[in-house]
Amino acid sequence: MKTLYEQLAKDVRFQEGMNACINCGTCTAICPAAEFYDYDPRRVVDLVQSKNEVEIEKLLREDTIWLCGECMSCVTRCPRKNAPGLIIMAMRSLSQDLGYFTDSEKGRQQLALKRTIGKMILDTGYCLYRRWVTPEAHPEGGPIWKWTFDNVDALYERLGCNLDGEGNGVLRKIPQEDLDELKRIFEVTGGMDRYEKIENYSAKKAEEMGLSMDEYITQSVLGKQ
Amino acid sequence: MRIEGKEQIWKEYQKEIPNDDFFYVRSCIRQNLFPASEVIFLKILREELSKTIYETPHHTTCGGIGYHSDIVPIETVMTIIARQFALMTEAGFENYACSCITSFGLYSEIIETWNHFPELLEKTRKSLKEATGREFNIPKHLAHASDVIYKVRNEIAEKAKYKLINKHTGKPLKVVEHIGCHYSKMFPNKGIGGAEYPYVLTGMVEAWGGEIVDYPERRHCCGFGFRQYLVQANRGYSLANTHKKFESMEPFEPDMIITNCPGCPFFLDRWQYVIAETEGKCYGAKGQGIPVFTYEEVAGMVLGYDPWDLGLQVHQIAVEPLLDKIGIPYNPETKYQGLNGKDLGKPELPKNICSC
Ligand code: SF4
Ligand code: SF4
Repeated sequence: MKTLYEQLAKDVRFQEGMNACINCGTCTAICPAAEFYDYDPRRVVDLVQSKNEVEIEKLLREDTIWLCGECMSCVTRCPRKNAPGLIIMAMRSLSQDLGYFTDSEKGRQQLALKRTIGKMILDTGYCLYRRWVTPEAHPEGGPIWKWTFDNVDALYERLGCNLDGEGNGVLRKIPQEDLDELKRIFEVTGGMDRYEKIENYSAKKAEEMGLSMDEYITQSVLGKQ
Repeated sequence: MRIEGKEQIWKEYQKEIPNDDFFYVRSCIRQNLFPASEVIFLKILREELSKTIYETPHHTTCGGIGYHSDIVPIETVMTIIARQFALMTEAGFENYACSCITSFGLYSEIIETWNHFPELLEKTRKSLKEATGREFNIPKHLAHASDVIYKVRNEIAEKAKYKLINKHTGKPLKVVEHIGCHYSKMFPNKGIGGAEYPYVLTGMVEAWGGEIVDYPERRHCCGFGFRQYLVQANRGYSLANTHKKFESMEPFEPDMIITNCPGCPFFLDRWQYVIAETEGKCYGAKGQGIPVFTYEEVAGMVLGYDPWDLGLQVHQIAVEPLLDKIGIPYNPETKYQGLNGKDLGKPELPKNICSC
């Protein structure tokens, strides 16, 4: 049985991103997540390099690792060429592999991401599909977002797009044969396996919490009601 | 001698950008949020400058937003990217231009990973073959679409009908630029000017008559943060970071913002609206916001394209005050029309921020 540290060390992003950390705190000073949350990438990197299994397990089960925005600003600035953002990505992958992500409120948001972004990728070939991004879910889009949403066909035609059309062009329909190849890639490379793990661990957790899947998603996406 | 030394150092912040013959890959985000921008990009390069830009309907998302939301594993995005490269290879191209900064960062990351771990490149080749039967070459040149516009910025300047100059004062417009974190923060040598001296947009602005504002939080993230915006409960992260940038740029009184990434202009535009509606604060003059543009839109503006062909009507922050400053004509009557003057109604007006 491999230790958590050894499992992390298998991830190529961990190998690229983890050198000796001198605890200078530069990453935390420029981190947009640290600006907003009680989050400290320096602490994460230091705990991980300590190889303390108890602390690493705690991190994999806590909100902390889900607070990073993966902007990689830390990568530019670290004097030791560490990449806290890449270390976080390796930790998030492991947390999902082991099912630990469902122990934290922020971790539980993975199901909503899988069912929105994940679904759009496989069903449409786009990571975002205009018709499914509603003004209700995006009030910050303002009245213009609602107007463009309501008039999407006529407006995108006027702007020279090819919304859901055959052939080339902006927002063309991606042919089924290409979606089939994309799905095959997911099957061969572990993408489908990740999706299933997110679904299965989430379903288990929802049951433990006495929630329906809809309630579980609403709670994770909007916070406790 | 000193100048030669400086030139030598600056050379290290340059990248080689081919002049022609690109395999072009679209951006999910740009197509959805700023739908006219890629139309304009192709029009400028093909029709104005006679470049060869090849596109295929068969490419898909690179998977980048899924990867950075941590729902798609690295092996999967490596193979999706390998498939995009296979399409390029099959079409006989070597220069790859993508329209998204998240993609550009991801392509750079994956190519670098393959360089460091050749066994992963081999594994990816096998996975792609197994899943699709395809084979691929790694592009000789990887460019972001803005690199291509940067390369031709002087040709655009020669054809320009307008300059980024305030026609009332004769002075250059003060322009804030935002290159997007994944353009060069991870791999500074992949972006023009690196992370330290962001020059891809600056070069365009200077060539087209404007002046760059060098404000303290110039390099700070727009606040997208993937899951931090995509999940509603986390969205305050995005707002707070955009707010930090606006507070920092405000004293410099910028006339406009130009952006590299397809997502950043949306956040910089919409969070201004939200700040105005919730706090009553507007960052532009006279209750207006600071208009935010994609680089394609700015190129189209200086070339004299109709602002509504550029898609400027999908911005929440009104662009008309800026068009007036430059002297670009526009017809308010046709702003919200579809093809052949079809009436599409009008969006509601925001309460606090001036909308034209
Ligand atoms: S990648 Fe994460 S840890 Fe690094 S600066 Fe960005 S938000 Fe902070
Ligand atoms: S900047 Fe680098 S060395 Fe300094 S605390 Fe962060 S990870 Fe450690």
